[in-house]
Amino acid sequence: MNEMVGKACPVIANHIKIALVGQPNVGKSMLINSVSNAHLHVGNFSGVTVDKTEVLFDYGDYHFTVVDLPGTYAFTDYTIEERVTHEYLCTQSYDLIINVVDSTNLAKNLQLSSELMSMNKNVVIALNMSDEAEKEGINIDSEYMSELLGIPCVKVSAATKMGIEDLLEAIIKVKEQESQNAKLIFSEPVEEEIAQIVWYLEKHKYGAKNTYRNVAINLLKNNKQTYQRIHDNPIWIELQPILVEATKHIELHHDSDDIKEAFAEEYASFNRGIVAEVIKEEKKAEKKTLTEKIDSILIHQMFGIPIFLFFMWSLFQLTFEIGAIPMDYIDGFFGWFGDTIGATISNDDIRSLVVDGIIAGVGAVVLFVPNIIILFIGISLLESTGYMSRVAFLLDGFFHKFGLHGQSFIPLVTGFGCSIPAYMSARILKNDRDRLLTLFIIGFMSCGARLPVYVLFAGAFFSPEMAGNVLFIIYISGALMGLAAAKVLKLTAFKGVDEPFVMEMPKYRLPSAKLIWHTVLTKTMMYLKKAGTFIAAAAMLIWFLSNYPKNLILEESYASKIEIAVDAKEKIVLENELAKSLLEQSYLGTIGKFSEPIFEPLGFDWKMSVALQTGLAAKEVVVSTLGVLYSLGADVDEENNSLKDAISSQISFASAISFIVVIMIYLPCLAASIVFTKEAGGIRYFFYLFAFTSITAYVMAFIAYNIALLFG
Amino acid sequence: MSTLLDCNKACKVKVVKINAKSDLKQRLISFGIMKEADIEVLEHAPGKSTIEIKVANMRIALRAEEANMIEVQKI
Repeated sequence: MNEMVGKACPVIANHIKIALVGQPNVGKSMLINSVSNAHLHVGNFSGVTVDKTEVLFDYGDYHFTVVDLPGTYAFTDYTIEERVTHEYLCTQSYDLIINVVDSTNLAKNLQLSSELMSMNKNVVIALNMSDEAEKEGINIDSEYMSELLGIPCVKVSAATKMGIEDLLEAIIKVKEQESQNAKLIFSEPVEEEIAQIVWYLEKHKYGAKNTYRNVAINLLKNNKQTYQRIHDNPIWIELQPILVEATKHIELHHDSDDIKEAFAEEYASFNRGIVAEVIKEEKKAEKKTLTEKIDSILIHQMFGIPIFLFFMWSLFQLTFEIGAIPMDYIDGFFGWFGDTIGATISNDDIRSLVVDGIIAGVGAVVLFVPNIIILFIGISLLESTGYMSRVAFLLDGFFHKFGLHGQSFIPLVTGFGCSIPAYMSARILKNDRDRLLTLFIIGFMSCGARLPVYVLFAGAFFSPEMAGNVLFIIYISGALMGLAAAKVLKLTAFKGVDEPFVMEMPKYRLPSAKLIWHTVLTKTMMYLKKAGTFIAAAAMLIWFLSNYPKNLILEESYASKIEIAVDAKEKIVLENELAKSLLEQSYLGTIGKFSEPIFEPLGFDWKMSVALQTGLAAKEVVVSTLGVLYSLGADVDEENNSLKDAISSQISFASAISFIVVIMIYLPCLAASIVFTKEAGGIRYFFYLFAFTSITAYVMAFIAYNIALLFG
Repeated sequence: MSTLLDCNKACKVKVVKINAKSDLKQRLISFGIMKEADIEVLEHAPGKSTIEIKVANMRIALRAEEANMIEVQKI
């Protein structure tokens, strides 16, 4: 069944469209992955899937379409992602719902299931993580549960692929039977009111797609759509007083003035009943679970934050230390590769294009693959173990002081990998103001593509022992600047009341090596693919812009000078001078010279100014531009063949600091800017972001430059 | 009447009343924090700005303001 992912649908096959629904972090995406061999992103915190994703596969005689919907605790439309799910379930057409529940926490998960059961749709419950539940001594009698609820309940485990075929068989059976009769029973007073409304609807033969019982439940629950439909019907006049009375009775019974709360209690007690019937829990002596033991250390009141900082520090140390090991080999390989290829090309221009343009540009980016891999491993560990939510817990108080929500932490950390998923994961924030504020400062969290620039400069200006610390300082100070920026924005543009912070802390899970491997591999391949396509094209463009227009008069005048020169040293000096003047009068040189006055107060030469501007397309291009520009100018001098050496000899320390500051703050890459604009909800936000980041970057870099000048 | 915020670590309580606005109350209920629910306080973040509690089999983080809305009774 697994090989047929994405295969075109045969004409004879029947089609089953499934909506996959469940509370956050119950393993919905993982279940799809194990059913269909797809590779959806999986993490251990709520809000990994923020938009619906469709996966196609074949099983038996059927062609399946599964729509993976964002996790939702209940139909309260609390966050954007919950709204996506609720809207989809109410308005789209599909054959049935698979409700994925976490077997280790059935009572809480059934809260959503019972809401689904009153929707008049066919439901199949997938009791996920059954293996884990059994280990914890929780035994669920799934057959008895199916009987009690009137809907099939199947034990599965997405992690071990247990029960997947049973689940698919159950789905097919439900599809072939068509209608289903879910049994959801409320307390006696509520049942009485439902019966009365049903009796009334029957009497008037009210035409509804839904069963009368469900219409009655929805009316009592104040469901807007149901009200809208029935409101235009003449029976409304008589129905209204009945409903008012019924609501009063129920509220009285529950001693509450909120009918929704009353129904939540109804559902809860129904669920408690179900759980008591179907679960046989082996009573273990009450001892702390592993998660609680780990938590007592990792979120300790005193040690929690230092431990977190230590983890981050180690990550950046490793990124630099281990990443540096294969670097010399990669560097050497591209040097050798360039020379070998260069030797086979006789045409000067083409050789220069291939060696100085493409190979130097792409090589400069590929050089940082080891660093990128380590960073991605770190982030995917953070995501998949469950530690992420702990850090949100630890930092919420601190974040709150800066006007940020504790849950902003999740998009912000994702931002260390890549800004694009970070912008999307900001959807877990309920409040639009909080979300916009978070979107604006995600860019301060330096993404993986900026890492090469930092590694390059840290390596060029600091000793290898210090470089890891420098990286850590860059990332932390970027984050701190982000917090300060958040405070400023909160006090000016995004004033408003604070949103509540209520967040689930998932169980710790040891991530499978396969999962980590897959996530890291996908991201690394994306990086390499980008290097091979987009970056290579950009490098060619930059090579062209830096080599043309040709200036024959200049070349000839130098050629004659070089010929007269007797001393070999003098020849090299003259050759360097020629290369420099040729570069300066090229298109790129003209652009650089034109923008140089703007960047002069920050200590940039025109090459750095150009690299910054090309970096607007993608941050990797900064390094490849520097690679092309400095290799063209400095190739003649044999001793300075690596980019790192070229930079440390041609750029002053203060200029380097100021350059790093600009890279840290200014606009994210083109692709990220597009996603930002979409998520923020309008092009005007892009212009705000552009103005905000540019001004901040300029001012901060100016300050940093002048401070560095004082010390340096 | 004491609230969840007043509870010390490892303290076990029963929810009496939730004094929150409707949508937050709904949210808390969907996490299982409702009348009659048993809660155990697990951990406080630095400065007691955020607390971690255990409801049913689930751990939930709450900010001090929200914890203060939940009236509880010791058991």
